[in-house]
Amino acid sequence: MVVPVSYYLALSVALFALGAIGVLVRRNVLVIMMCIEMMLNAVNLAFIAFADYFKAVDGQMFVFFVMTVAAAEVAVGLALIIAIFRNRATVYVDELNILKW
Amino acid sequence: MQMIFFILAGVALISGVLVVFQRHPLRSALWLIVNFFAVAGLYLLAHAEFIAAIQVIVYAGAIMVLFLFVIMLLNLRQPEEEVKFMHLGQKVGGIVLAVFTGLLVIYGIAQVALPPGKDLPPGLGNTESIARLLFTDYLLPFEVTSVLLLVAIVGAVVLAKSKLK
Repeated sequence: MVVPVSYYLALSVALFALGAIGVLVRRNVLVIMMCIEMMLNAVNLAFIAFADYFKAVDGQMFVFFVMTVAAAEVAVGLALIIAIFRNRATVYVDELNILKW
Repeated sequence: MQMIFFILAGVALISGVLVVFQRHPLRSALWLIVNFFAVAGLYLLAHAEFIAAIQVIVYAGAIMVLFLFVIMLLNLRQPEEEVKFMHLGQKVGGIVLAVFTGLLVIYGIAQVALPPGKDLPPGLGNTESIARLLFTDYLLPFEVTSVLLLVAIVGAVVLAKSKLK
């Protein structure tokens, strides 16, 4: 009883859409970054499903690199959030609407 | 197998919904950990043991600790206030747009006829085959990744420092 690859893809699309909803709807920049992580996870899931389907390990290599980039992105992004919070004392994206102050 | 898949998928979806529609970012972060664990279980189900372990260690461990640390550092005691009427259209628009995009992608996937899968060459464990690829075909990207992490460390320290001398 093998799970069909289409099930994995459907779940991946659903998780990606959920993450996209979060990015578009939420105001808190921390939650927006978490939703970006969820979208990256959804893409990873599709990679893994195809790697299992085609019995090729290359897909898992890509997940490995995506995870590394995600870790780097989170580190830099959270540092940016801290820097912005120090200047503006807010984490709501609709209050951060000017590029220079 | 399919039973386990549906249970894990349900956990992942429900926790994902709770991440998006939770008031306090701390609760979102905790539900995101549940989501990551469910996805790690799905990786295990798809015969990606090494990636599942990495998912738990890197995502549910390191990245979420970083998130929780920053949330507590910023000390956002007050929850997000009630949405003003102005943002309602943006919310509905965002949800409609994301769901429409998801349906479009599903429609696109349904159009593709996938060729049948191949058989795994015998005698290669998951971690072993990943390691073999990592140090042969993907050696250059692997080394570049280490430089990327170094740049991220330096960038994070410089950005988060209170004052540049």
